[in-house]
Amino acid sequence: MATRDLRGTMIATLVAGVALTMLPLPASINAFRPDWVLMLLIYWSMRMPQRYSVGTAWLAGITLDVVQGTYLGQHALAMSFVVFLTVKFHLLMRMFPLLQLTLSVAGLVALYQFLLFWINGVAGISAPERVYWAPVLISLLAWPFVSMFMNGLTMRAPSRG
Amino acid sequence: MARTGHTDVARIPALGVRTVALLVLSLILMVYDHRTQQLDAVRSAIGVVVYPLQVVVDTPARVWGWMVDSTTSRNDLELENARLRVQQRLTRAELQQLLALEAENARLRDLLEARDRISGDVRVAGIVSVDANPFRHNIVIDVGTRDRVYEGQSLIDAKGVLGQVLKTGLNTSQAILISDPDHALPVEVNRNGLRTIAFGTGQFDVLDLPFLPNNADIQPGDLLVTSGLGGAFPPGYPVARIATVNRIPQQQFAEVTAVPEASLNQVREVMLIYMNSDSAGAADPDNGATDGD
Repeated sequence: MATRDLRGTMIATLVAGVALTMLPLPASINAFRPDWVLMLLIYWSMRMPQRYSVGTAWLAGITLDVVQGTYLGQHALAMSFVVFLTVKFHLLMRMFPLLQLTLSVAGLVALYQFLLFWINGVAGISAPERVYWAPVLISLLAWPFVSMFMNGLTMRAPSRG
Repeated sequence: MARTGHTDVARIPALGVRTVALLVLSLILMVYDHRTQQLDAVRSAIGVVVYPLQVVVDTPARVWGWMVDSTTSRNDLELENARLRVQQRLTRAELQQLLALEAENARLRDLLEARDRISGDVRVAGIVSVDANPFRHNIVIDVGTRDRVYEGQSLIDAKGVLGQVLKTGLNTSQAILISDPDHALPVEVNRNGLRTIAFGTGQFDVLDLPFLPNNADIQPGDLLVTSGLGGAFPPGYPVARIATVNRIPQQQFAEVTAVPEASLNQVREVMLIYMNSDSAGAADPDNGATDGD
């Protein structure tokens, strides 16, 4: 029962993540938008790598591709690769104190942005550089809150079921 | 939590294989999407699923707009009404002149035996307040193939050209703005017909005109209109006004920037221009040297 509840929570958080990604922001701070969906995927794949790993990440990535009008597969590729690394090192990452974990998440986000940048480069799409590095910085700041929020959310969920 | 903690010490089954398969699948999809249009059906299918979410995300902005509208004081409304009335009177006066000019133009064109200019149908569409793509200057509009929107269709607002439709879905479409770094628009200087290309820069208020020689007859304040070359845009719509002209003697081309006439980052409503296919050729006389996007 507990896992079924968490599945609902997982889907709900991802949908919320996609919604936050689409939320309109003023153009001046638009680049400074955390990679919500990626952070959520890192959280879930670190918590429950058996259930949610690359497949979930790929589906979420395809959804983002449709929402953002990028090439189908661009976000999917970057996300599934980053989540692959997360699952690979999830035991290690669980041991990390918060600061170290936050830094490694920032590293993963940076890798994700680099993959997007690289694919854009191959496809010949140019964008200002801050579009790539700003989310890394913001995700670094946002991660402690995201993980705290998610811990709170999932602590409660099993007791209900 | 404790129960999962024990189980996932075990190896995740076939993680590497699955990852590689998904990466390869992504690559194939991307190449396919880049080369062909065939994935658009998949895209619009998923788009239909995502559509409710877009509506939800757009709701706060819509509600806010509605609240601003419905709480405006009577005084403000009267002022606005008076302003609009004056504006309409002016516009109508201009329109009278325009009708006469149009007739004169048609007569002259008859004399020259030139083909008619395009006068396309126009429909109004709303902008869905979702942020589309951080790498591009895109907007999402609330009309799709259901409303006969097609790829490459021109978008204007009351003041000038905004961009063109990039991808169509069933209910929504994505459009690229002229300020996108990958957008190039064939334009001509209204004053003297000098033709060039205006590139987006990634900033909403700057267009770049890199191909004007140092001795080109251009000065700040000149109006740029679409030239219609390339066939993507109908000719004669205002695009931008020249802001700076910087002539550097050692270099072949002058550094020229322009400010778009349309308010690219504050529109809520756009107009779509329908060009009928047989007259589309008229917009694209002899050469296709420039490219509309």
